[in-house]
Amino acid sequence: MRVGITAFAQEQLGDVVFVELPKVGARVTAHQAFGVVESVKAVSDLFAPVTGEVVEVNPELASKPEIVNQDPYGKGWMLVVQPADPGEWDGLLTSQQYEEFLAQDAH
Amino acid sequence: MDTPLKRTPLHHAHVKAGARMVPFGGWEMPVQYTGIVEEHRAVRAAVGCFDVSHMGEFEVEGAGALAALQRLTTNDVAALAIGQVQYSLLCHAHGGIVDDLTVYRLGAERYMLTVNAANIDKDWAHLMAEGRHPGARWRDVSDATGLIAVQGPRAEALVGRLADADVTSILYYHAAPRSLAGVPALVSRTGYTGEDGFELYVAAADTERLWTALLEAGRTDAVAPIGLGARDTLRLEMRYALYGNDIDDTTNPLEAGLGWVVKPAKGDFLGREAIERVRAAGPSRRLVGLEMIERAVPRHGYRILKDGAPVGVVTSGSYGPTVDRSIALGYVPAALAAVGTALDVEIRGQPRAARVAKTPFHPSRVKKG
Repeated sequence: MRVGITAFAQEQLGDVVFVELPKVGARVTAHQAFGVVESVKAVSDLFAPVTGEVVEVNPELASKPEIVNQDPYGKGWMLVVQPADPGEWDGLLTSQQYEEFLAQDAH
Repeated sequence: MDTPLKRTPLHHAHVKAGARMVPFGGWEMPVQYTGIVEEHRAVRAAVGCFDVSHMGEFEVEGAGALAALQRLTTNDVAALAIGQVQYSLLCHAHGGIVDDLTVYRLGAERYMLTVNAANIDKDWAHLMAEGRHPGARWRDVSDATGLIAVQGPRAEALVGRLADADVTSILYYHAAPRSLAGVPALVSRTGYTGEDGFELYVAAADTERLWTALLEAGRTDAVAPIGLGARDTLRLEMRYALYGNDIDDTTNPLEAGLGWVVKPAKGDFLGREAIERVRAAGPSRRLVGLEMIERAVPRHGYRILKDGAPVGVVTSGSYGPTVDRSIALGYVPAALAAVGTALDVEIRGQPRAARVAKTPFHPSRVKKG
C-alpha cells in the first residue's frame, strides 16, 4: 500500500520543506505517527493508515520535499507499506469519499 | 483571556483576497495569500505589499520631546535631522529590552515612534511612567494610523508611479510627505526585508484606497500581497531581530548584537549603567546565526547542544527560501559564537548538525547612501 498525504492536507500545511520518514523494514501502526512533515511555518505528525512493514521509502523527498505539494497523489508519495492485515483496507476512504467528507464538514 | 482580536483597516481586503488569517500579537492578520515561499520570492525578485497597520505609532511633541526621548531610548536622538529615521531600543534600568522601534524626527520638536504591535500597551505604560518630561506632549496615534510596507527591487518604481513628486531622493532611513494616488502619506525608506523599499504611513481611513491603488498600479511590476509568514522568513534571512523571539525584557542589547544602537556618549538614559557593565565584562552569551547541515528545521525554543550538552536555545528558525536551507538565530555562550563553530540543534530528541553562520544569511540590498 502506497502512503502519503491528501491534497487537502498539503494545502493546509503550506510549502513542505522537510519530510522525516522511517527506514525500510520499520513497522508502522495504524493511527500512530510514523514521521513528520515540516512546512515553513509548522511541523506536523504523519499518521499511518494501516499497520504493517515499510517496504519502500520515496527517495526523492530528501532533496525535493516540494513534490508533496505539487503531486501529493503521485510523485509525492512517502512510503510503501505491506499491511499486516489486508482487511484494514476496508476501513479507509477513497479520495472521492474523503472529498465528500470534507464537503460535509464544511457545512 | 478571551479578548477579541483587533483588525486592521485592510481586514476585509485580506479576506476578500483569500488570505489565511491567524492571530498574531492580539491581532487577526494574514499569514499568507498564495504561499509563503512564493510570496518570499516575489519580494526578492519584484515587489510585495505588506499590511503592517497593526504596528503602533506614538507622537511626542514640544520643547521637552528631545530630552524625554534621550532618556527613554538608547540611540542618540540629537543626531537626527528633520526627516531622518533611526532604529533604536527602549530599555529597562536593568538593561533588558522593553521594545525595539524606529524614531522619526518629523519637525524641530516633533517625533514619531513606531513600535511592535504586541507591545503597544506595554510601551505606552513605560513611556508614561518614564517619559513624562515637562514640555513633552505624548499622543498614541496607533488606531488612527495605517501602515503599508512596499518592499523589493521594483518598490521604488511602483511607489514613484503613484507619487505626486520624486521619491528617489528619499534616502535610506529618511522619510518625507508625499501624496500617493491622492492619499497623503509619510513615505519612509525603511523596511524589514533587506530589499530596497518603503513604509507608507497613512490615515487609517485611507489605507484601503492606497492598498488597492498599489496592487493595481503594480500589476506591471508583478506585485503581490505578502503575509506575515514571508515577512518572517525575509527578516530571518537578514538576521533582523523579532521582538518576543530573539529579544525581550530579559535580553540585553549587547548580547543581541544591537550594541550599534547604544550610544553611551550621548549622556544618561534608562539602562545605560547596566549595559555599560555588560560591555566592560563582555556579554556572557551572544545571539548568533545558525545554519543546519541537514534539512531539518530548527524552531523557536529548541535546544542548542555542544558535544551532547545543552548550551543555548533557538530563538527563531525556519527554512530560508532564498538561501535554500534551514537557518536560525539563537543564544550561545560567547566562547561558541565564532563563525564556523560546530553545534547541534535538538530536533524531536535527535541532535542535528549545525554551524554558526555569517549573517546576514543573504546579502542586504537596501539603498544605502
